Amino acid sequence: MTTHALDGHEHVHGMPADTSTGLDSRKMAFWGFIGSECLLFGSLIATYMAYKGNSLNGPYPHDTVINGQHHEGILNIPLTSFSTFILLMSSVAMVMGLHFVQRGERNRATLWLFLTAFFGSIFLGCQVFEFTHFYHEGLTLKSNLFGSTFYVLTGFHGAHVTVGVVYLLTLTWMSHRGRLPPRKALNVEIAGLYWHFVDVIWIVIFPLVYLVR
Amino acid sequence: MTSEAREIVHDQHEHPGARFYLTIGAILIFFTVLEILAYVGETKNMYGPGAAAIIILALSAVKFLAVVMYYMHLKFDHKLFTGIFVFPAALGILVIGSMIILFHGLHGTATYYHGTASSNEAVHGAATTPSGNPEAPTTPPADGGH
Repeated sequence: MTTHALDGHEHVHGMPADTSTGLDSRKMAFWGFIGSECLLFGSLIATYMAYKGNSLNGPYPHDTVINGQHHEGILNIPLTSFSTFILLMSSVAMVMGLHFVQRGERNRATLWLFLTAFFGSIFLGCQVFEFTHFYHEGLTLKSNLFGSTFYVLTGFHGAHVTVGVVYLLTLTWMSHRGRLPPRKALNVEIAGLYWHFVDVIWIVIFPLVYLVR
Repeated sequence: MTSEAREIVHDQHEHPGARFYLTIGAILIFFTVLEILAYVGETKNMYGPGAAAIIILALSAVKFLAVVMYYMHLKFDHKLFTGIFVFPAALGILVIGSMIILFHGLHGTATYYHGTASSNEAVHGAATTPSGNPEAPTTPPADGGH
């Protein structure tokens, strides 16, 4: 096996990958998937940014003065800051979970994987609360350009978080049952790639939608 | 591949320890706090919205890179993975930047919140009922959207 091929086994921990690149095909495919997700969220964020500030009627995202009349912004920055903090914590928990799976520490790995899913669930709860509040304030998909682009963008992200939570709970159960030994750490690493990508997308959405006026 | 070879490869690409990951997490939290402080500073008119946007976006770019490089292990992984991620991500960022320039820079309609409502009317003209469909709602609706 060539040196180049050896490089590809860095995370396999004992499982040789007989591929043309020497890299594990699952990991390669997942990075390709993440690349396509970049384009999906890029288009959604681009659409939000294109229409940002062009709604002709309220509710508006931030405090606004139009023709001398003050309109209070609908976005709840403290709540979203809290949920952002929680999502970042879940990323920390995810990388810790992978670390302990690779070391073969089953109980710690199970705990950190569960914490990752738990933090993700809290984030989803905050989003459900936010959407419900906005709906009662009169912001729907059809209210204005802000409503349409905001719900589609953050809704797609929330759907990804939901899939991630289910994925993580499955891994938590497998770890608890002892089905995630170190030689299967790549399964957790791929889940981690997905979860960190969801976090990265929120790192972009949070400032563009909530903080930049 | 022999077990010895695997061991060598594993040693060559050893990931950082738990303390390193926790340190990165603390940096991410710290930068998020700075982002929120930049937003609060803008709401208190300590500086203009343009300056706040630059600060906030610069901080989020650092967070983005930290997660991708260290948590997603691109810094330690094969360069091919970096390429597979960077090209679509760069294309996505290019699309976002292009749309911002087209709609906010060249077209100039995105001053609704920052200026007056007449900015839209200056570009598009006064809102009218579509001539082909008199029953269609005006833009904005005659009742103000309620």
